[in-house]
Amino acid sequence: MTVFDRLEAIFPPDRVITDPVRLRTYECDGLTYHRATPMVVVLPETAEEVAATVRVCAEFGVPFVARGSGTGLSGGALPRSDGVLIVTSRMRRILSVDLDRRQAVVEPGVTNLAITEAVRDRGYYYAPDPSSQQICSIGGNVAENSGGAHCLKYGFTVNHVQALEIVTPDGDVIEISEDDFGYDLLGAFVGSEGTLGIATKITVRLMRAPEAVTTLLAAFEGIEAGGQAVTSIIAAGIVPAAIEMMDALAIEAAEAAVACGYPADAGAVLIVELDGPASEVEAQLAEVIAICVATGSFEQRVAASADERAKIWKGRKSAFAAVGRISPAYIVQDGVVPRTCLGEVLAGIDALQEEFGIRVANVFHAGDGNLHPLVLFDDAAPGEGERAEVVSGRILDLCITHGGSITGEHGVGVDKARYMPRMFTDADLDTMQRVRCAFDPGGRSNPGKVFPTPRLCGEVPRVRKGSPGEIF
Amino acid sequence: MDPELIKDCVHCGFCLPTCPTYVLWGEEMDSPRGRIHLMAQHNEGVAMSPEMAGHFDACLGCMACVTACPSGVQYDRLIEHTRPVVEREHTRAPRDRAVRALVFALFPYPRRLRLIKPFTRLNRRLQPFLERVHPTLGALAELTPPRSRTRPLPALVRARGRRRARVGLLTGCVQGAFFPDVNRATARVLALEGCDVVIPRGQGCCGALSLHSGYDARAFAKKTIATFEKAGVDTVVVNAAGCGSSMKDYADVLADDPDWHERALRLKVRDLAEYLVELGPVADRHPLPMTVAYHDACHLAHAQGVRAQPRELLGQIPDLKVREIPESAICCGSAGTYNLFQPEPARELGERKAARVEETGADLLVSANPGCTMQITTAMRRLGRPPIPVAHTAQVLDASLRGLGTVR
Repeated sequence: MTVFDRLEAIFPPDRVITDPVRLRTYECDGLTYHRATPMVVVLPETAEEVAATVRVCAEFGVPFVARGSGTGLSGGALPRSDGVLIVTSRMRRILSVDLDRRQAVVEPGVTNLAITEAVRDRGYYYAPDPSSQQICSIGGNVAENSGGAHCLKYGFTVNHVQALEIVTPDGDVIEISEDDFGYDLLGAFVGSEGTLGIATKITVRLMRAPEAVTTLLAAFEGIEAGGQAVTSIIAAGIVPAAIEMMDALAIEAAEAAVACGYPADAGAVLIVELDGPASEVEAQLAEVIAICVATGSFEQRVAASADERAKIWKGRKSAFAAVGRISPAYIVQDGVVPRTCLGEVLAGIDALQEEFGIRVANVFHAGDGNLHPLVLFDDAAPGEGERAEVVSGRILDLCITHGGSITGEHGVGVDKARYMPRMFTDADLDTMQRVRCAFDPGGRSNPGKVFPTPRLCGEVPRVRKGSPGEIF
Repeated sequence: MDPELIKDCVHCGFCLPTCPTYVLWGEEMDSPRGRIHLMAQHNEGVAMSPEMAGHFDACLGCMACVTACPSGVQYDRLIEHTRPVVEREHTRAPRDRAVRALVFALFPYPRRLRLIKPFTRLNRRLQPFLERVHPTLGALAELTPPRSRTRPLPALVRARGRRRARVGLLTGCVQGAFFPDVNRATARVLALEGCDVVIPRGQGCCGALSLHSGYDARAFAKKTIATFEKAGVDTVVVNAAGCGSSMKDYADVLADDPDWHERALRLKVRDLAEYLVELGPVADRHPLPMTVAYHDACHLAHAQGVRAQPRELLGQIPDLKVREIPESAICCGSAGTYNLFQPEPARELGERKAARVEETGADLLVSANPGCTMQITTAMRRLGRPPIPVAHTAQVLDASLRGLGTVR
């Protein structure tokens, strides 16, 4: 009996993929420069099928990787060529909606936006909103602890998941909930990037749609003035639902892609969304406009309708992919800095552009200091890819030296594992490894992610008593 | 398959939720992103295996992904360039080849299509038998609408009132053979809005069926261009979404031949709704007290970007309420010859669409493409629901302009 035989016994033929040409279409997620063709792909439709697959992996000592819609930007769903790729795209039922308890129970393959669409008519929504929300899966959101523009006010995925059914790396199906006593296993699992198991059922919090929503688009000469406005808004005690900033290059790309009609010649635009009771929103809007004007904004537009609001957001939300219009290739970076250091870090990025002759477009969640520099390069030009890679790494160094972090919401995945030692000490990393080993002593659940490569072949200090299956 | 066009794809996945086959099966290789990956593999030298060909064949060519793509990937051109490669390099089973030959010998020829019409009632009864012979024949028998009386159209319909324009009208193959009333309504609406409508006799297929299936459409394109040049019109109004979209591609189809390329560029092609909005309304709109649901044909909404105009025209009619159909961007499964060659997914998509249409509670479905009309009607019948009547935008406008008080 081989792994293939066992999987073919669990799944009907059309849900086990072994054809090499088909397998290769799964070789990467949204991050395309790390590629590996999986040994086999399975498309489960139930938690039991996921568990059975994981048990086969345990029996044969084969690694497995879970994948939702394959939109991740840190290579978190990069397959293993010696492993099974478990794709949850067919587990897409919304199992229940309970508005009295303000929660919904969904399968992992349900898209983020589909949850909101299911309850929007009744005045509710699911708050975390990654830019890829129309396609990214909620299972992937749980793995990456995904954020989005509106997380400034409402928090990340971890603040909106109330319970999970997970398949552990041994193949057991267990439930963890925020109501559990003792250690916060739910908190540990959300954001674990697939290294602790696979979520098969997710209970999410539904929020009441705010009474009023207003979106302001403010144009500035340059990004420093925009950054100053952000600092002043927060300092004034206002917590907008979102504050987003885009620089001239990002605006150019978005304009080319979706004709969002942002003010011409803006060096930077700020999108400020306010929501809540109508009277509060109205008062805050006046205050925010005054701050923008005081910090040098030369044009302010308030969306008059839902359509206009959608148009403003369309420019922002399509910005990553839109950059494809102005550059043959690019790296989407994700780093965090304290809000007060925004100006300094952006100046540092400017200096890097000069030094390396590489263009960087800036799109970011300004309110919480989460930067998304897009490092542009031409993969056909010799050496440019490498230079872009260096610039991308240096940006993270800038974030770390300013007291920030190497990732805000895209995760560490395979892409940033090598930067982990720059941010964490050996003791930090060892501690994280121990948590991981408690769930997955065999190291089969999404190995090669999060932890820097040298650690993969090492062992966890002082717990190396023994089982041969333990590779950490 | 042009590597430059393939490179535009950044693998973001925004196309996935609008792709009908991804919606059905949730598999990467049956999504636009996956198919582009397969094209890249083929460029690298991977042979056109039956599996690979199957994934290209399963693409409806609905172009919803083109609308959804933020990076501007021209998937429409990519798949149109891929289909001939499939035809060249993939050997189909003999019985599949036979039914394909039959379909392509029948549909692009209005006269041959009219010949089979008397048998349509028999078709229904023979359906189970034909289904066993070949699923394509079964689908064909199921889809053909009941007989309708064809009266020849005049070669010229004069403008009513002040003449504002002179246009040609494409009568189409399926439209002309199975929905002759749509052509009559189109001609009347154009005339009532002040157009001399030239309807050249002997016009053939525009080539849409061939173009969208990977066959050579150049002869059809040249013949159509020549027909309208001879008729002395420089604007052709088209009331079938699939035909309009392929005619707008003529310059690309004839790119290899400078003379024909030039002639293709000179021929202005407009969808009926697009043209009427450009022209602006002059005729009186009479009330139509009813609720309609407007269906976006893919070759209108995605391929031609005509979404607002039909809604605007319907919105001008007093007392007419227009409802939106949920999931309007997802194809109904008709997609040219798709429902003939891929009957299973087509049926599934058709039933999905029929259910969404039903949810709107409309009295009438408005569809501007004959293929969609047949597909959705058939799906409603198969589901055993009381069928919602279907009319073309032209028929609704015609009823309003002539003050009929109701459609039909």
